[in-house]
Amino acid sequence: MEIYLLLKVLWWLLLGVLLMGVAIMVGMDMGVGTILRLVGRTDAERRVALNIIGPHWDGNQVWFILGGGAIFAAWPLIYATAFSGLYVVMLLLLWSMIVRPLGFEYRSKIDLPAWRSAWDWALFVSGFVPMLVFGAAVGNMLQGVPFRFEWNLASVYSGSFLSLLNPFAILCGLLAVSLSVYMGGAMLMNRGEDVLYRRAQRLVVRSGLVALALFSLGGIWVYFLDGYQLVQSPDPAIAQTPLQQVVERAVGGWLGNYQRTPLLWLIPFSVYATTLLGVAAARSGRSHLAWWLGALAWIGVIGTVGAAMFPFMMPSSLEPSHSLTVWNASSSQLTLTWMTGWSVVFVPLILWYTSWCFWVMRGKVNERDVASDEHAY
Amino acid sequence: MIDPLVVELSRWQFAATALFHFLFVPLTLGLTFIVAAMETVYVTTGRTIYREMAQFWGKLLLINFALGVATGLTMEFQFGTNWSFYSSFVGDIFGAPLAVEGLMAFFMESTFIGLMVFGWERLSKIQHLIVTYLVALGSNLSALWILVANGFMQAPEGAVFNPLTMRMELASFAELIFGHDAQSKFVHTSIAGYVTAAIFVCGVSAFYMLRKQHMELARRSFRMAALFGVLSAVGVITLGDALGFVGGHAQPTKLAAMEALWRTEKPPVGFNVIAIPDQQKMENAYELQIPYLLTPLVTRSLDHVIPGADTLVAQAKQRIVSGIEAVGALRALQDNPEDEAALSRFLAHEDDLGYGFLVGAYAPDQDPTVADDAAIERAARDAIPSVATIFWSFRVMVACGLLMLMFFILAVIYTLRNTVERQRWFLGASVLMLPVPWIACEAGWLVAEIGRQPWTVYEVLPTWMSVSTHSAGYMLFSLAGFLLLYSIFIVIEMFLMLRAIRQGPSSHRPTGSAGAAGETALAAPVRSAEV
Repeated sequence: MEIYLLLKVLWWLLLGVLLMGVAIMVGMDMGVGTILRLVGRTDAERRVALNIIGPHWDGNQVWFILGGGAIFAAWPLIYATAFSGLYVVMLLLLWSMIVRPLGFEYRSKIDLPAWRSAWDWALFVSGFVPMLVFGAAVGNMLQGVPFRFEWNLASVYSGSFLSLLNPFAILCGLLAVSLSVYMGGAMLMNRGEDVLYRRAQRLVVRSGLVALALFSLGGIWVYFLDGYQLVQSPDPAIAQTPLQQVVERAVGGWLGNYQRTPLLWLIPFSVYATTLLGVAAARSGRSHLAWWLGALAWIGVIGTVGAAMFPFMMPSSLEPSHSLTVWNASSSQLTLTWMTGWSVVFVPLILWYTSWCFWVMRGKVNERDVASDEHAY
Repeated sequence: MIDPLVVELSRWQFAATALFHFLFVPLTLGLTFIVAAMETVYVTTGRTIYREMAQFWGKLLLINFALGVATGLTMEFQFGTNWSFYSSFVGDIFGAPLAVEGLMAFFMESTFIGLMVFGWERLSKIQHLIVTYLVALGSNLSALWILVANGFMQAPEGAVFNPLTMRMELASFAELIFGHDAQSKFVHTSIAGYVTAAIFVCGVSAFYMLRKQHMELARRSFRMAALFGVLSAVGVITLGDALGFVGGHAQPTKLAAMEALWRTEKPPVGFNVIAIPDQQKMENAYELQIPYLLTPLVTRSLDHVIPGADTLVAQAKQRIVSGIEAVGALRALQDNPEDEAALSRFLAHEDDLGYGFLVGAYAPDQDPTVADDAAIERAARDAIPSVATIFWSFRVMVACGLLMLMFFILAVIYTLRNTVERQRWFLGASVLMLPVPWIACEAGWLVAEIGRQPWTVYEVLPTWMSVSTHSAGYMLFSLAGFLLLYSIFIVIEMFLMLRAIRQGPSSHRPTGSAGAAGETALAAPVRSAEV
């Protein structure tokens, strides 16, 4: 049954990869939405910005949808508990996100300033709000979410919507927003020219530094935050429910893994290294390098949280012993095995054809091209 | 405690968002293939009119596609946000097809639709054609996996209940994928999408022919769609019939409701063409019957007994009594997993566990183990879903299907004789046909999903237990939010769609500059009047 243990850890890692995919790819597009009104002062400039990510936003968004499906398949208890426990926040996320496809597809269909301006605001909201919520959700996971289970594993919540948007959660949300602005800006540098390029460059530098400041502040905050620790639980290799363990809370508990395995400190350290190098690369005009370093920074940020929380995935602040962990929230061994098989086949394929699409659409986008292309957004 | 009002509101929200999503999905399923067919003709013959057709219908496809994607986002997460017990109870099986849908299908569809739109000048003809086919394939594979998931809800196969983890767990992936319901429903639903798209193309083309606009494009589009449509209409009816046959065996309660069959009678029984069902009295206040027809229609025999609602309620009652035992044993097992007696009691009644849950809705403290006879009686009658709704939704769907088949037969005759432009009454009728496939699709959804009630997973998990325990206030808030947002969406979408149709393909005017990439005036870089 050791295989089951390995599968659980593998799917915890894969969940991390999916979250990184969402953060990097969807975050990039949302960053462009967030800064659309800043980098583009005229309609023509904004259209260039939109058309830079135009061929890719829809494919990128599937990272988010696949994230939902994969959590459902591999971590059904997380899917069930997190999305319902964070109900109003999830609604904010969904309502802002579902406006985005329309913003891309419908914005340029009608040439009226009021129409286009309205969609520009919609694209701002659908870029800024989801990233804020995405970060805030991770912040809530670090703090613990007020839920508990009944005997049949039906979840019950207490606490209000506003408590989910507390200062620490907002801080995490702003960190996510700033990294998404960084990535969006780097993409605009990659394929934009002239004023668009220069404005994007300024935003990349600033948002990178802001992200670093927020990351540091968050780290200090976590030091004073209640962390969770498994006191007693069944053998991780066997099937179990969250009703069979004992969990305690302790201030600074999230640093336990780092104290036990000091090598882990390399992960948060890498965030500093990649972000600073990324800012320097952006400043010196090496935007592709800046983009990749930003992606590494995202990986570092998400990795930092994962390393702190393992094996916790969604701690309960209401009933700590009902916390969801890597050991008790996964699917059955057979489902995880099947899902592993599907992923082994399709994830490389997805990466391959996504890269191909980016390669086909490579090169600079300018106002003339956009104006003369009837397919453009 | 689960508030019945919350259950009701969650159901309304799911139905509203799913029916809305399903306004856009069928057209995407079919139109991607029609566009791909047009582009195929362009690539093989090199005639630019077909490129113009592919681009024009592709433009309409995208207006539709955007809302399909947007509203699909809601669906992917709604199980978690509003049906959390359902999600944890069957997520081990139900989540997998949704995840595979993302991996195999939706990624492909969404990644390549970007290239389909933006890649005209950057890809070779063949490459672009392949991209278009991948979009069509992706959208249809998406439907396959979604319907595999739905098939599990309709006829749960390939899963077993694990009393330790308190949930259904995967037993056989093959049984899950190749469930009969899933397979026939996939074909039925995707072909329904082809019919929808064919009517759409015929209707819009007829509109142009009536106004004598864009005749080249309209005539050719009409012909392709009519041929595509007649084959699809035959397919959708055949598969619908197969689905009725499969579904009738898998879900006798749905069948009884579809046919307003209250009493079990000696075969062969009559077919109710019209009925006014009375759920309370469990009889039809009025019925118009064709004698002997129903038995051969749904059992392919003359002597198979079709169980009526009376028999089914009686069976449900027995299974509830047995299910109560199962729930009691399960609780004992939760307290003490080593309890051998409880385990054997559970195993003896395991198949009826869902019925034990069902009665909880009416039991004191929603605890099935203390349910009295009145509660059992009420729960047993719940086993028959709303007969009037299902009976009439089904008839509306079938009537629409037959109407569309007749339409396509005429359309093919006229178009092959090249007389369709002169049949002005028929062109007018084609435009009037436009709403029909959507009515059929929505009615079909109602038959499938209301017909499955009172279960989310047939005979395994009742709907009332499946919900998230939100407050009614939260549910009113979210329902109102979705209704508001979606109302705005549909107004914008209809406006843009009608506008794009009115503008037609020739709204593109040549820029005159930079004609490098195109081989003819039509294919040269052009821009629409507005963009």
